[in-house]
Amino acid sequence: MSLVRATRSELTKQFTTSIWWVLAIVLFLYVGTSAAGIAGAFAALASGSLPADATNGPVIPAETLPPFVYSIATAVGYVFPLLIGSLVVTGEFRHKTLTPTFLATPRRGVALSGKVVAGVVMGLLYAAIAIIAAVGAGAALLAVFGIDTRLGDSATWALMGRMVIALVLWVLIGIGVGTLIRNQVAAVVGLLAFTQFVEPILRTIGAVAEGIAPITKYLPGAASDALVGASIYSSLGAAGAGGSTLEWWVGGLLLLGYAAVFLLLGWLFSWRRDVS
Amino acid sequence: MPEGHVLEFTAVTKRFGPVAAVDGLTARVEPGVVTGFLGPNGAGKTTSLRILLGLVRATSGRATIGGKTYADLPHPLQTVGAALEASSFHPGRTAANHLRVYARAAGISDARVDEVLGLVGLAGVAGRKVGGFSLGMRQRLGLAYTLLGDPGVLVLDEPANGLDPEGIKWLRGFLRQLAQEGRTVLVSSHMLAEVQQTVSSLLIISNGRLVYEGDMAGLTQPDDYATIVDAPDRAALAAALDAQGIPYEQLRTGFTVREADPARLGAIAASAGIALSNLQRRGPALEEVFLDLVNGTRVHTSVAGAAPAPTDATVGGPSEVTEAAADPAGTAAAAPAPDGATPADHAPDSTAAPDGTPAAEPAPASASAPDSAPAPDPTSTREPAPTDAEEEQR
Repeated sequence: MSLVRATRSELTKQFTTSIWWVLAIVLFLYVGTSAAGIAGAFAALASGSLPADATNGPVIPAETLPPFVYSIATAVGYVFPLLIGSLVVTGEFRHKTLTPTFLATPRRGVALSGKVVAGVVMGLLYAAIAIIAAVGAGAALLAVFGIDTRLGDSATWALMGRMVIALVLWVLIGIGVGTLIRNQVAAVVGLLAFTQFVEPILRTIGAVAEGIAPITKYLPGAASDALVGASIYSSLGAAGAGGSTLEWWVGGLLLLGYAAVFLLLGWLFSWRRDVS
Repeated sequence: MPEGHVLEFTAVTKRFGPVAAVDGLTARVEPGVVTGFLGPNGAGKTTSLRILLGLVRATSGRATIGGKTYADLPHPLQTVGAALEASSFHPGRTAANHLRVYARAAGISDARVDEVLGLVGLAGVAGRKVGGFSLGMRQRLGLAYTLLGDPGVLVLDEPANGLDPEGIKWLRGFLRQLAQEGRTVLVSSHMLAEVQQTVSSLLIISNGRLVYEGDMAGLTQPDDYATIVDAPDRAALAAALDAQGIPYEQLRTGFTVREADPARLGAIAASAGIALSNLQRRGPALEEVFLDLVNGTRVHTSVAGAAPAPTDATVGGPSEVTEAAADPAGTAAAAPAPDGATPADHAPDSTAAPDGTPAAEPAPASASAPDSAPAPDPTSTREPAPTDAEEEQR
């Protein structure tokens, strides 16, 4: 099966350079410390260890605190699978390795499918790392403040399942964007700028300005949060503009749609082009 | 043993906007020999090879490997090994891992990876990152990639770039061996001198068009050759030639006679009692023939004529051509020059060539030194083409 071989080749590419473990470590530390910090702060408030008037922010009740903390894995961590996805493709353009890749796998569709399947595997791996970091650090801090970690709840496990789906879809979006935007630096900078500045600003404005909220809920980050069903925005910001988030499955389909559209555009306008 | 396949270009054209990088290329590459694919930079060599390998889509026409397009090959790496550029590596990946990536894609075992690294002399650096490799090492790694599937067809684009002299010598022997095993070996280069010792078959393209298809010997034609004759007593020699009605041109290094062969000239001199200081058969500079073909000054029958008979040019005078092309030991200069004056005589010529082509390598030949080697050795006496350059010096 040439798709199986192409996938194995792609996975070998991923695991024979250092970027995958560098990003994995950064992801683990970033998500872990974020989850620990937020869990500690809100658990102190919720449990009364810290008086509620010590802050002018909202207090999240102890029952909804665990999913909120665990969803840090996607709310904060989604940019990592996104980057890995874009690197899967732009690395080939940057190092001109598309030539040997297409010589070994001449059918372009098989080559791209191999990247998508390998991307799913990478997404599962990063999802595992992000969830272990968020749930591990978060649950530990919640337990310190005597708040129920709700790790026995099926709802918590369903949340984790939806986070896995979200993180896998983010890898595929990254692959699509990377196929379309061949320049590695442009792709990485563009993705960081959009996910870390443009979309958060739009969503923050959307949370207070009624007019654009109906639009911002369709942004990829918002779709991801809707799929996961708990996040900083839905718990804090969007709570004010109630009802402006999508159903979780709609969010999931929307995120899948983003991945499909970028992959299709990349296929049409970039992947089939001459390699010289 | 893997089987070689015929490579076939059929009216392949590739346009980039209004520019035709490849313009109606029709050519055939046979297994069992090393075929040189020559042309100046920008002639369309790399584009043609990329079309053959399915990396670039031809505007029209078709390029096949054993009758199939590259994309239709069931096992591409086991059928064709291709190295196109020396920089297709992720610098952070080790040499062995680089090969493993593609071995996996083609279903080739890891053991074969170690094997090909040994074949190209990189076994000792298999675990080192490619980023620290020299250009020559990268070329070798590129070659290792081509050998992964033990393919019957090898397509190499400028493989000698960056190799040191030892590496080039090794590459030549290696390619010849692969061809002898029955494989198809196509090697591109922009320098004839670089490949003339390795290849036995040639495709030359210029501006995307084929200007020559045939063997090395067919590149030159019988009337490209002349005989150089000289004597200390030039007046006597001139008189003897005049008496026989033989036309000649007098150059600083002696007389150039176009029609007569060396044996006849020697006999004339002997019967006139003239001691010769030089008697030599000389062919044209292959590099100049190449340049003439490339710039259109010379049109070869292999592509100009309706009948594709590339070897016809040699039929008229097969003995002359083979003799002329055969002088690996550099005996041409030494044999007819008992006084040892010849090398000194010729040395200034090659350095003073006014057109700035001191590297031109003609086919100096001796009637007394027939040999089966297909190409001259560049270490033999170097001389520029006999006509234009020397005439200007007169």
